[in-house]
Amino acid sequence: MTPSEAVLTHEHSAAHALELEDLEVVYRVRGRDRQVLRGVTLNVRRGEAYGLVGESGCGKSTAALAVVQYLPRNGRVSGGRISIDGRDVLSRSRGELRTLRANDVSMVYQNPGTALNPSIRVGRQVAEVFTVRGVARGEAVERAIDALKLVQIADPGSVMNRYPHQLSGGMQQRVVIAMALAKDPALLILDEPTTGLDATVEAEVLDLVAGLQAQLQTSVLFISHNLGVIAKMCARVGVLYAGRLVEEGTVDAVLQDPRHPYTVGLLRCIPRGGRRKDHGRLDTIAGFLPNLGEALPGCVFAARCGLAQDVCHTEEPPPHVLGGGHVSRCHFHERAQTLPREEAANLALPAIDRAREPLLRFEQLGKVFQQHGHSIHALTDVSAAVWPGETLGLVGESGSGKTTLARTLLGIIEPTTGGVTLDGRELRPRLARRTAQEVRDLQIVFQNPDSALNRRHTVSRILRRALRKLSGLSGAAAEARMLELMHSVRLAERYVSARPGQLSGGLKQRLAIARAFAGEPKLVVCDEPTSALDVSVQAAILNLLVELQAQRGVAYLFISHDLGVVRYVSDRIAVLYLGRLMELGPAEVVFDGPHHPYTEALLSAVPTIDGGGRDRIRLSGEIPSAASPPSGCVFHTRCPRKVGPVCEETEPPLTVVEEGHLMRCHIPLEELRGLQRGKEVVPA
Amino acid sequence: MAASLTAAQPSRSEASLARLETVLQLLRSKTFIAGNVVVLWWIFWALTGSRFTPHDPLAQNPLEILKGPGAGHWFGTDQAGRDVLSRVLAGARDTLEVAPLATLIGVVGGTTIGLVMGYFGGLVDEGLGRVIDAFLALPLIVIAVTALVAVGHSKWTLIVVIGAVFSPIIGRTVRAAVLGERQLEYVQAAKLRGEKPPYIMFVEILPNVVGPIIVEGTVRLGYAIFAVAGLTFLGFGVQPPAPDWSLQISDNYALLNASNYEWTVLFPGLAIASVVVAVNLIADGLQQVLDR
Amino acid sequence: MSRFLLKRFGLAVITLFLLSVIVFAASQLLPGNLGRNILGPFASRQDVAQYNHAHGVDRPVVDQYWTWISHFVRGNLGQSLQYNVSVGSLLGPSLVNSLKLAALAFVLVVPISILGGVVAALRRGRATDRVITVVGLSLTSIPEFVTAIVFIVIFGVLLKWLPVGAAWPTGAGFFTQIKHLLLPSFALVAVLFGYIARITRAGMIEALDADYARTAYLKGLPAARVIFRHVLRNALLPTIAVIATQTGYLIGGLLVIEKLFNYNGIGQRIYVAAQNKDFTMLQSGVMIVGLVYLSATLVADILYSVLNPRIRYGGAD
Repeated sequence: MTPSEAVLTHEHSAAHALELEDLEVVYRVRGRDRQVLRGVTLNVRRGEAYGLVGESGCGKSTAALAVVQYLPRNGRVSGGRISIDGRDVLSRSRGELRTLRANDVSMVYQNPGTALNPSIRVGRQVAEVFTVRGVARGEAVERAIDALKLVQIADPGSVMNRYPHQLSGGMQQRVVIAMALAKDPALLILDEPTTGLDATVEAEVLDLVAGLQAQLQTSVLFISHNLGVIAKMCARVGVLYAGRLVEEGTVDAVLQDPRHPYTVGLLRCIPRGGRRKDHGRLDTIAGFLPNLGEALPGCVFAARCGLAQDVCHTEEPPPHVLGGGHVSRCHFHERAQTLPREEAANLALPAIDRAREPLLRFEQLGKVFQQHGHSIHALTDVSAAVWPGETLGLVGESGSGKTTLARTLLGIIEPTTGGVTLDGRELRPRLARRTAQEVRDLQIVFQNPDSALNRRHTVSRILRRALRKLSGLSGAAAEARMLELMHSVRLAERYVSARPGQLSGGLKQRLAIARAFAGEPKLVVCDEPTSALDVSVQAAILNLLVELQAQRGVAYLFISHDLGVVRYVSDRIAVLYLGRLMELGPAEVVFDGPHHPYTEALLSAVPTIDGGGRDRIRLSGEIPSAASPPSGCVFHTRCPRKVGPVCEETEPPLTVVEEGHLMRCHIPLEELRGLQRGKEVVPA
Repeated sequence: MAASLTAAQPSRSEASLARLETVLQLLRSKTFIAGNVVVLWWIFWALTGSRFTPHDPLAQNPLEILKGPGAGHWFGTDQAGRDVLSRVLAGARDTLEVAPLATLIGVVGGTTIGLVMGYFGGLVDEGLGRVIDAFLALPLIVIAVTALVAVGHSKWTLIVVIGAVFSPIIGRTVRAAVLGERQLEYVQAAKLRGEKPPYIMFVEILPNVVGPIIVEGTVRLGYAIFAVAGLTFLGFGVQPPAPDWSLQISDNYALLNASNYEWTVLFPGLAIASVVVAVNLIADGLQQVLDR
Repeated sequence: MSRFLLKRFGLAVITLFLLSVIVFAASQLLPGNLGRNILGPFASRQDVAQYNHAHGVDRPVVDQYWTWISHFVRGNLGQSLQYNVSVGSLLGPSLVNSLKLAALAFVLVVPISILGGVVAALRRGRATDRVITVVGLSLTSIPEFVTAIVFIVIFGVLLKWLPVGAAWPTGAGFFTQIKHLLLPSFALVAVLFGYIARITRAGMIEALDADYARTAYLKGLPAARVIFRHVLRNALLPTIAVIATQTGYLIGGLLVIEKLFNYNGIGQRIYVAAQNKDFTMLQSGVMIVGLVYLSATLVADILYSVLNPRIRYGGAD
């Protein structure tokens, strides 16, 4: 250990729940060891929640798996030390490791649905935590019930008797957390525990974990890609990049006063604080992550850093201690915040004239799916319009009908009721019956470019086919147009003969966008176009979409669960719940309120980086099934502002509450204004 | 990790490098190489027929009936005094002609069936699926025997019948692969630019399911040899006195009840075994590399 | 669950109907003129017509199908064209014989191959795994009569431990019968072992890699407990279906083995009927084989739904 590194472990004592010292992990890929963790040193103090944050591929999950000694078959710890509660982990025998897992360390990971055994009843799985430690069966069951009560499961007896698939995602994660906490571990590792859960459910689970952590004084290693979640849950945070801890400190220090250019860049890419597209472009982080196991003699971030000097490429920066436990591994940490910004390009966004005929109008759209003899009302009476050049944001949790709505408009799904007009003309419900012009006018950018692009086709083949079908171009004209398209999405010409597998996630999404724009569409559906991407890439894609809108006057129907993203790109917002339109209005109005109680709940569910102790309203209970939606207002079962029996009995109509602002609620707007006043809800 | 693996700067040469790497991986696979050596050995003998065999495989010699393996006749002689070694070497031809052709028919038919079922889904899938289920409720050999009796047997009917029986089997595998692909959004993207179903099936989806089709085809080739051998053994394939392996076994196995003339059946048996095992080693190698 | 099973049962009935149509078409329509086929090219046209009329094959096709299937359902399998006795009286004992052989092979192969697959998965990538996989693959792909010949030569001819023929002397006891059936069942075990072991191995590996297995390990459970309680049950679900689909082969695919060992099973009956163009016999024999197969898959479905709570308690969408 070098003297400067000793500083990082300056509080070295046996009291720490977790100590990583110079941890190195390698994966063996195609016969070569590739380094994934490059000398990570960190401590989780007793009773503390420590956040480990980083983008995909930075090694954060690898660190967690190394701690519990459950690395993939091709991975191994090649150097350093791990100790839990002062006891060394790496030198343990199999039996000792089992004892460690049984008593001292627990782990909760993403996707609770697969973490539980599908063919064993929940109760037995929870009780096992106790039986493995020698507790008698009867007592284990009792203690399992207590464990479930601890995570606020209202009816533990019946949950114990169920199989995992009979529980909702949020409930499953509670069970997993109950199992993890049941043994009162010295260290609890939470690896993206709420990623994939709906926003309101996520908020509930995070509140629960935060409460229990405070109550039980559990030491937590919390791993997440989401800075907001880390800010809410942790006292200290470490930022991981390319397998190296580049910055560490208290959450406040790191997020409010970042001292590493990577952290600075990361924080700047995230659309937050009410930022909108007309405020200018988002900052991005140029370049790509280094390859797995690439030799990086200098600073791991040097290749992408706007401040990098020669020394950064040759000399590894030591950990600079800035006081208050704030540490940065940057040669120029004092200048980190002067990282050059994206130049504020002058974007002339199209003017939207709502007096004109809308581009796309849908009236009373309804869709009922038949599934196992049940009628699933995926969409009920949804009406709205999109004007040329505008972005309509579509928000809602899973099962809200966002995707069904988009697919219905595109003609992939035929609506059960209602119709769609484009430029004033009725569209055929089925895609195959639509004219070539109608087909080219409506295009889509999918969430996951990996599956949206044919992996066997080259860039040139993908684009030229789209040009041929959508613009009728071939030969030299197509070639010229293709290069033009690639240029406009910033996809370098050298990629023409590459296949999607050879492109990074961001480049793939650029290609998908280029394909959607091959026929000069009038409206492009963007179905979560950035949610499969890291935030630094997300910013670049959002910039691109806004730029294309400015250049071509295209309209977007923008679906996203990320309210910060939706707010950034949207002119108007539509909020869906259980297939119904709950609120529709200009983005500012919907976000700033007064808003529908559901919108209010969605907004306050988002953990923000800026933190702040504002009032939150929380939803409890499950999202009801679309097969049997609640009577009256469909939201009444979870509504924190329910006024009385009227909510259960009559469905409120969608009414205009102020100019351009529609809402489906029994509570008058002014009353909502009063209820929501003083609660400045700052969206993500 | 995936993101960092793919973030490399791509170029044309990298595309061909990837292909080269697949080939290199195959060449590094011991099972793949061993399988190929054995198959090539038998292809050589199938092509040359009796030209290089130590004796004429059809020449009978009443003076040397059922001689055990030894000098002059390394594998001994059969009940007509024919040299077993020569017959074994020359016996590859029919099997290696019928089995690959039958497999080819099966692969073409199966791919079409699988693409249609997987792509259209719904009633088309259900309907065809039922018929295939009914068809496959019968063991291959029973279908083949029934069909060969019904239409009369010759080499070509044997090829067509085995190919026809393989089509739905391969079709099911292809269908499963197509179902996986159909959910991917590139298929929807194709529909959204107005592509017709045949284009989507054959140009968009087919290249993505070639891997499983190749693997299934090779596995089926093994089963085709199995089936041809079985049917020939039952008398539905080539007819005597052709030096076919299965025929040699069916001609001579009755001798085992009476006395120890095991070489007459053991060597042709080992020859069949070597071919089938070799084909399966190739399939295994392909699977290891293509199904990553 | 009852919903799932009802659906499965309904589908099986439809499949059965389609099967009967296929069998009927193949054995009754394809051969063309039955009378000409049976009586030979020198019979007079009148005799042929008379024969056809007597066997009812000059009636409309749907009519013939209906007669056949309604009789079949009631257990009347018709007269054998070759032996002129009722088909049922010939097929019955043969079916029993085939079931005996199949049962023995089944009892031997299921535990061995599941064990092989489980061991291979647990030793994934190591020598044990490669040996089990490659040997299994080879045994599976070598024609059964070839393996049988090798077994006969080793155990019957050279070592003389086991009888070479499968037919036991009349009145032989249980153990004598088993002794006679061992060699043929070894050949069947060889064919099926690799297949079942491969599916078991794949299922095991998937379950071992699943998140719930990790959860179990991270609870501190001993490896044996993780495997027996958490992994095996999920891993073996796909194996059940595969074993069921192999039953069809075990019952009817034995033409070759039964011929080789000169054993009077249903496969042998089908073979002889096919050789002699005994279409009534062929039809019934093939139909019975299909029936057994479909019953086996139905049983597998029931077993699967009992072992899989996602089907037992619904909601597995």
